[in-house]
Amino acid sequence: MKLMNQLIAALRSLSKNKMRTILTMLGIIIGVGSVIAMLAIGQGSKESIQKTISSLGTNLLTIFPSASMYGGVRSEAGSSVRLTYEDYLAIGEQCPAVMYSTPMVRTSGQLIAGSQNWRTSVYGVTPDYFDIRELAIESGSVWGPVEDKAAAKVCVIGHTVSNYLFGEGADPIGQMVRVNKIPFKIIGLTAAKGQNAFGQDQDDMVIAPFSTVQQRMMTVNYINSIMVSAKTEKMIPEATDEITQLLRIRHKLGPSEDNDFTIRSQSDIASTAASTSRVLTILLASIASISLLVGGIGIMNIMLVSVTERTREIGIRMGVGARGRDVLMQFLIEALMISLMGGIIGIFLGILASDIIAGVMSWPVSISIESILLSFLFSTAIGIFFGWYPARKAARLNPIDALRYE
Amino acid sequence: MADIIISIRNLVKIYKMGDLEVHALRGINLEIRNDDFVAIMGKSGSGKSTFMNILGCLDTPTKGEYFLDNVNVGSLNKDQLAHLRNKKIGFVFQSFNLLPRTSALENVELPLMYNTKVSAKEMKERALKALESVGLADRAYHYPNQLSGGEQQRVAIARALVNDPVVILADEPTGNLDTRTSVEVMTIFQELNQKGITVVIVTHEPDIAGFTKYNVIFRDGRIQKSVIVENQKNAREELNHLPVIAEEDAL
Repeated sequence: MKLMNQLIAALRSLSKNKMRTILTMLGIIIGVGSVIAMLAIGQGSKESIQKTISSLGTNLLTIFPSASMYGGVRSEAGSSVRLTYEDYLAIGEQCPAVMYSTPMVRTSGQLIAGSQNWRTSVYGVTPDYFDIRELAIESGSVWGPVEDKAAAKVCVIGHTVSNYLFGEGADPIGQMVRVNKIPFKIIGLTAAKGQNAFGQDQDDMVIAPFSTVQQRMMTVNYINSIMVSAKTEKMIPEATDEITQLLRIRHKLGPSEDNDFTIRSQSDIASTAASTSRVLTILLASIASISLLVGGIGIMNIMLVSVTERTREIGIRMGVGARGRDVLMQFLIEALMISLMGGIIGIFLGILASDIIAGVMSWPVSISIESILLSFLFSTAIGIFFGWYPARKAARLNPIDALRYE
Repeated sequence: MADIIISIRNLVKIYKMGDLEVHALRGINLEIRNDDFVAIMGKSGSGKSTFMNILGCLDTPTKGEYFLDNVNVGSLNKDQLAHLRNKKIGFVFQSFNLLPRTSALENVELPLMYNTKVSAKEMKERALKALESVGLADRAYHYPNQLSGGEQQRVAIARALVNDPVVILADEPTGNLDTRTSVEVMTIFQELNQKGITVVIVTHEPDIAGFTKYNVIFRDGRIQKSVIVENQKNAREELNHLPVIAEEDAL
């Protein structure tokens, strides 16, 4: 039997039982539709998490001292003071995979401007910090090397700080603020960045030259951490290796000794978050797949009923010259048509559902071509898989028995 | 002298039902020529249905030889049997066996669907021609449930004809029909036979057998006797003598 004739025969027989065909298709429609919608939600949330994390700077590496240990008692991470300004300089000079680097000291301070006051973190860094964190300056400017060297009392503040000290929308540039009684001149305002992935307000900080904070405010000679950015995201492992080797030599660590510092990359956090949302996606998709599977079983159920109901028809077809494989193909094509049509309708329904979810719940959704292809292929496979058994059953009927079947 | 198209020698069919062997056919010898019109008669259980199944290539013999149009049927596999049924045999059944909710035309097209050499256009043309030859051209787009019994059987005959078979096999073709419609159906068979088509029917009505050329009577799996029908009745003339009642009222 020619394929064209097969298709005609399958269409004729499906259109003879429109209601049943549509109901059978419904299982696949819902299955495919929900797979698409669930994958869209999963993908959407994954992308939004990644976007939030990359706003921290994806190439970012933070080096901080490991927990100090006195006689087996570990203190909290960063409590030892073994990172020095010289370590920072060495990294900048000797690590080719590193693009920007800055030492960092962090303290907190009580800010007073006029009658207002506010308590926040104060970061002492070099101007590279703004490149590493991808912090844009909204107005004013960043200090230069001269101010750095002179430990100038200048600072850049975030929107939150400005709002509390000077009121919403006020221009803080040129204003004075006292931080722990030391007067600073505000020379820049960072562009609003909002919360980061962990709910921390990224606009609530004061950024001042490293030397100013280290020497004038904290009066220490160590640094809390070193932040660097790798040249590209791919070069993060390379940069990590270079820094590790360099610092081990500088800290005179023997081969058996553990590192006395830790390098944490932003991509670690990103991949953790990504894997969390991946688990979520897999979970959603597998629930949706179950409904697709149930739809497939629906096809098998209906096809089995159909084979029994149409035993006589199969007998007639065999009587006039249909071979076993012609009958097999006929039923397989019918099952395939149901699942394919259901798949196509399901794809449109899934896209529609994703749009509705995005609109009504304002959840981030993202429909990928892969998910459409995947569910289309999956529904085709289900048609073949669940259509095969009933079709084979039909093909194996004995024509004499089938013709006599009442 | 006409060609022999069916040649059967020492045909034996044994069914195994568990340990029990049922001898349905116990050595049949028969030759059918290409312009024959044969009625196979016999009581139920005489083996005539089994014989028809083998004749129709739906079943294969246990022993013996069956040549259909010079093809040794016994040596064929299932697919080859299907091909043979499609090319050389037209079936007509007692219960019509038309596909429900399928137009007369599509029913007649059915055998052609399994013939890879026929295009869609040719398929329709041939099906319409076959319907015309049984006088149902105007019923082509009717569904079986819109047709009377006689008309359904004529659609079935058209379906049997459409592939130009060498033999038409009819199993009790008038079993479900009233007298007048039965004669009408026999008229068609007679006309086909006059055009040179071989027709073999199974019947247990002597009236119907009287329209054929000779009768083969089965008994206990053997041919009891073959009788040439003297004074073959003409179905067309017979029809003129029958009162017209059934169809006009029924419709």
